[in-house]
Amino acid sequence: MTALIELDHVSRAFATPAGAITAVDAVSLALGRGEAMCLVGESGCGKTTTGRLLTGLLRPTGGRLLYEGKDVWLTKGADLARFRRAVQLVHQDPYASLNPTRTVFQTLSAPLYRHKKANSSRQALAAVTELLKRVDLTPPENFVTKYPHQLSGGQRQRVAIARALTVDPKVIVADEAVSMVDVSIRISLLNLLLALAKEFGVTIVLITHDLAVARYFARRGRIGVMYLGRMVELADTEALVTDPAHPYSAALIAAIPEADPDITRSKTRVELRSAEIPSLLSLPPGCTFHPRCPLSEAGLCDVKIPELLAIPGAREVACHVAVRERTGARAAVTA
Amino acid sequence: MPVLSVRDLSIDYTTRKGPVHAVRDVSFELEQSETLAIIGESGSGKTTLAVGLIRLSPRGTKVTSGEILYTKKGLTTDVRTLDDDDLREYRWAEAAMVFQAALNSFNPVISIWEQFNDTARAHGMKDSRRVRDRADELLDLVHLDAKRVLPAFPHELSGGMKQRVLIALALMLEPQLVILDEPTTALDILTQRSIIDLLKQLRERLGFSMIFISHDLSIAAELADRMITMYAGRVVEEANVDDMFYRPRHPYSVGLLRAVPRVSGALGSVASIPGSPPDLMRLPKGCSYAPRCPYAIDECRAADPPLIPVDTPRHQAACIRWKHVAEVLGSNAEVPVAEKLA
Repeated sequence: MTALIELDHVSRAFATPAGAITAVDAVSLALGRGEAMCLVGESGCGKTTTGRLLTGLLRPTGGRLLYEGKDVWLTKGADLARFRRAVQLVHQDPYASLNPTRTVFQTLSAPLYRHKKANSSRQALAAVTELLKRVDLTPPENFVTKYPHQLSGGQRQRVAIARALTVDPKVIVADEAVSMVDVSIRISLLNLLLALAKEFGVTIVLITHDLAVARYFARRGRIGVMYLGRMVELADTEALVTDPAHPYSAALIAAIPEADPDITRSKTRVELRSAEIPSLLSLPPGCTFHPRCPLSEAGLCDVKIPELLAIPGAREVACHVAVRERTGARAAVTA
Repeated sequence: MPVLSVRDLSIDYTTRKGPVHAVRDVSFELEQSETLAIIGESGSGKTTLAVGLIRLSPRGTKVTSGEILYTKKGLTTDVRTLDDDDLREYRWAEAAMVFQAALNSFNPVISIWEQFNDTARAHGMKDSRRVRDRADELLDLVHLDAKRVLPAFPHELSGGMKQRVLIALALMLEPQLVILDEPTTALDILTQRSIIDLLKQLRERLGFSMIFISHDLSIAAELADRMITMYAGRVVEEANVDDMFYRPRHPYSVGLLRAVPRVSGALGSVASIPGSPPDLMRLPKGCSYAPRCPYAIDECRAADPPLIPVDTPRHQAACIRWKHVAEVLGSNAEVPVAEKLA
């Protein structure tokens, strides 16, 4: 099966006053139709930049972005316009991403007119009503005339999702889309996005720093873990959370506090050799995690950049030691 | 003798449209070396309450009733009656607060050393050599290198380092009570973990009591001895940490606990709470949670239920349906709510 959208060794460098940094380094990721996956990592890991590269808002400085097999940055005219409609971004902050001087109707009808999905106000109202129902803002007539300040954070984020839906997208990248809404309603927003994946075949990439949110959202899909611009592990969600292969994923999962006193107070930690996160301006040679990694081997990890390789157990991992041990272990079992 | 005893505290915000009852009849006690977590959604009144405890509420805030009794060496005073000098003394030396958004709590144009010195001087420590020694000692306590950190400006430090400096500053005058508002929000996972571990260490070493406000239940699971759930300005449940997590009796606590997925263990039946919190100026008649509550009956809408003991004398819930909630949850085993409801 060919992927719907794919990053093929995509890199993105930025020039900063202090020097050039590579925010995303040769990331490859292929997504099928209706897939719901998560990108996780700490601040500065490049997950937001990856999201912007996926949506075509940033031009890669290396590698290719493919949509339906075509290199997006080589397409023009109608093809490019089709890509722009097909791939939508939902921002983190629903307080900033909606125009405060526009009603919900104005916000949602503008793209409908622009993309000729509505030609009269009657058509626009019918389409907006339909969209509001799809994001569970019911009854719709209560919301069409509202301004953003009259809505709660969760309701605003629903409007932002509805806006993304105006153009019938095939891919939605949601960058920390639930981080700013109350914990009590996060799950319902995630369920809304999951329903879009399931019922309409929309491919959804949720970018989050919250592993518990990632586990819930991608429970039938994959999670990609990023560290300093590289994808270090890409695995089926349950495999990742129960048996992380990359020592960085393992450290994150061991460190995360859980909403369960017994579990959280009895977790075994993964001791890192250093708490310091290297600067993107002077990345360590070899594996960028090696100065902190408990498994680091001199002469290997500090020299050679590990590639993201498939290993047994529905996962890919970029770690010399994990690849050796896990493929070795499997070889021993089959032998 | 509790360090802090809050009785029937009510706090209003005056607005053009009338008073907003942000905190209503809140009572609780905090023992020596005990950690209390206050949880609830935004708008539940938890930050108003925390800030009210050290009388740092913004203008337009009015404490309409109640007492905040603070006890040290057998001597009890009502924080509400302190004059300006005594209040200044109480604020940092007895009860220190670490604010949410650690990043914005510093003066951006002075070095970390000057932040220490300013704080010390404001509390009568004039000898800057002694302040320097104390700063070294405190930064060591929070695992920071004083030589590197003191000459730095706030923007040169990472989020986690800033949070450590703020904790060090809060401990300068050896307070009996430390109040933390969302202590780990906006921090990365590994940094969050190191701050949690640091707070545990410090609490053990220095024996202070701690109140922290958080919407993050996992921090409460890590640190709290006792917990309070707030809804629409009221305490709706109070329990020790295990009872709250495994045997909640107020439907709102159940809802909050069920809304948070876990990384380890079974996912269970995770779900959001339907609806949104009530308008504090127009509270519904009866229980203010009733409009969102799956277990509400007509009686719930008749009168606002008082906090009553459930299960054990140290476990209270403001719900007339708590026995029904207990039945729905079934077993009393140490299993999270989402799993019991699965």
